[in-house]
Amino acid sequence: MTNPLTLLVSALGSGAVEVVDLTQTLREDSPTIVLPPEFGASAPVRIERISRYDANGPAWYWNNLNFGEHTGTHFDAPVHWFTGRDLPLNTVDTLPVADMIAPACVIDCSAESADPDFLLTIAHVEAWEAKHGRIPARSWVLMRTDWSKRQGAAYANLRDDGAHTPGPDAAVMRWLVDERGILGFGTETIGTDAGQGGHLTPPYPAHHYLHGAGRYGLQCLAALDRLPPTGAVILAAPLKVHEGSGSPLRVLALIPKEG
Amino acid sequence: MAPLQPPRRKDPLKRTRLPLLPPGQRSRAAHHLTAAAAEGRFALPRCAVCGAFHFPVREACPDCLSARIEMVEAPEGATVLSQTTAEVPADNYFRERAPWRVGLVKMDAGPTALVHLHPEGIAGSRLRLVLMLDRAGQAVLYAGPEQKGADPMTDPQWREMTADPLHRRVLITDARSFAAPALVKALVEAGAREVRLGLPEAWKPFATEKLTALPGVSVVPLDLGSERSVADHARDYGGKTEIVINTADHMRPGGALGGSITATRDAMEAVVFGPMRLAQALAPAMIGRGADGPTGAAAWVNLLSVHALAPSPALAGWSAAQAAALAWSHSLRADLAQGGVKLLNLFCGPADSDWFQTWPQPKVGGSAVATAAVSGLKRGLEEMFVGDVAKDVQARLAANPKAVEREMRQG
Repeated sequence: MTNPLTLLVSALGSGAVEVVDLTQTLREDSPTIVLPPEFGASAPVRIERISRYDANGPAWYWNNLNFGEHTGTHFDAPVHWFTGRDLPLNTVDTLPVADMIAPACVIDCSAESADPDFLLTIAHVEAWEAKHGRIPARSWVLMRTDWSKRQGAAYANLRDDGAHTPGPDAAVMRWLVDERGILGFGTETIGTDAGQGGHLTPPYPAHHYLHGAGRYGLQCLAALDRLPPTGAVILAAPLKVHEGSGSPLRVLALIPKEG
Repeated sequence: MAPLQPPRRKDPLKRTRLPLLPPGQRSRAAHHLTAAAAEGRFALPRCAVCGAFHFPVREACPDCLSARIEMVEAPEGATVLSQTTAEVPADNYFRERAPWRVGLVKMDAGPTALVHLHPEGIAGSRLRLVLMLDRAGQAVLYAGPEQKGADPMTDPQWREMTADPLHRRVLITDARSFAAPALVKALVEAGAREVRLGLPEAWKPFATEKLTALPGVSVVPLDLGSERSVADHARDYGGKTEIVINTADHMRPGGALGGSITATRDAMEAVVFGPMRLAQALAPAMIGRGADGPTGAAAWVNLLSVHALAPSPALAGWSAAQAAALAWSHSLRADLAQGGVKLLNLFCGPADSDWFQTWPQPKVGGSAVATAAVSGLKRGLEEMFVGDVAKDVQARLAANPKAVEREMRQG
């Protein structure tokens, strides 16, 4: 029997399978989640030079990094939310590595997401399924909004009543977890939940239902417009941080070459 | 004398004048005058036994030989005995700035002294003495117009010892500071050529329009927490900044045991490491331009809390960060002094900002900070206490620091 990895390597080599980078560059000016200041805040990304071929290190260049677990393109483990606190293998260092490679369904909401308060509903997903088939269990559902093409203030889209960014409503998150058994949910915006998701019931439903069922979140993804509706495979391996609740990571997609 | 004109653009063929300093050696006792000059007080040594004022500071009273010398606020008036103009001084610093007027004055307080002399000073005229810090940071006497409030700014000798914002370009490090709007207004009114405000985290909403409505005012991205952002700013503006007003702050309440270490680290980052980053990027250029004409680089101002001197147990981490900022500022002052660039610390009482919402009045508003900053720059000061609380703490610290420590427990 042929080693299936030989086929994969061959497909990668021939270009029949392409690798797409779904990661935003981890930058010091990357927007992070904003909470009321009486709560603790995530440290922003900081990149401090140790040396760059200079007196502090004549032949080498290296930096010290400092950032919160939930900065840049990042992974949310079940322990991130109170609903997932008692589950086994709920931290980034213990979660099953097999889950780090999984297929993805990509729901194109780019047109609707011109409205910053757009909420994905069960009806949207059912319409997608009518076209592309039922969402398989243990697959990622990625919500394409094209918001990763925005920059800075337009990306964070903060107003005096908080962030306004598209996301899922409460019912669809419960349904995706309970009825479809998805592995996780991914967005291009800051947070798997909508910017105003704290005002839904329950508050932050994506976090609430995903992590309560031991599922994962991916956010601040990029380039979802390059993925097919089905058929992509996601490689998402967070840093193995001791008892970590999440981590920035490089997210890659393998996609079959078009045509 | 003609008012100072805006500077012309530099001639790229000419070397920028390197900063020289006036003679800087002083005896230990002479620094009693430095302390007064740093705060803009006119205090002279006086014998505690016979009550005679002296000048300069001596180890013992020249009249009765008592060693009990105290510094006491003294009458500021003086009469000019004689004056002269040094056309070709031997010292390079003064030669570059010649002609330089000096005079012998008889102080109302008693002693006779050699002083830097305003152009109006001629033999027999009445003048008012000011203790100032010269470019070397040493206390010297300046005799200026007698009437209080008279503007000595037209005198280049006065300008040389001050950091007037007139025609200078100012960087305010954090546009989000409660004091930023008032500072912008005061600096524009004082004739600043440009006022640049740094905006950290430009992706968070901030209404720039009100600030930039005034002439010469702009808002630029600047995050003191980011090495890259600070370096990029210095690349653009390193040679175009004559005054820095550091308004960065991050106050979060919390005691020594109950306070958040993360919040303390954030405060240290905001008030110590951020300004360190900025200074390391910007200050070398400022030091190099310390003698770059009459509107060369002049001053660095820190907006600090009086809790840098008297920690509040209710604000333990933040007080520690403020104290660290103060300690570091003294080292920065020593480095800036190489170019004759001054460092002014404003010690403020509780600010009229969200984070002091529950604190009792009186609080310090932006306009009090702005008035103090501009006044301190125009007078070339090193230390100012802003607001009644800060002034009260200063007086109590001088009287009994241990009592202040205990009293701070009550808030």
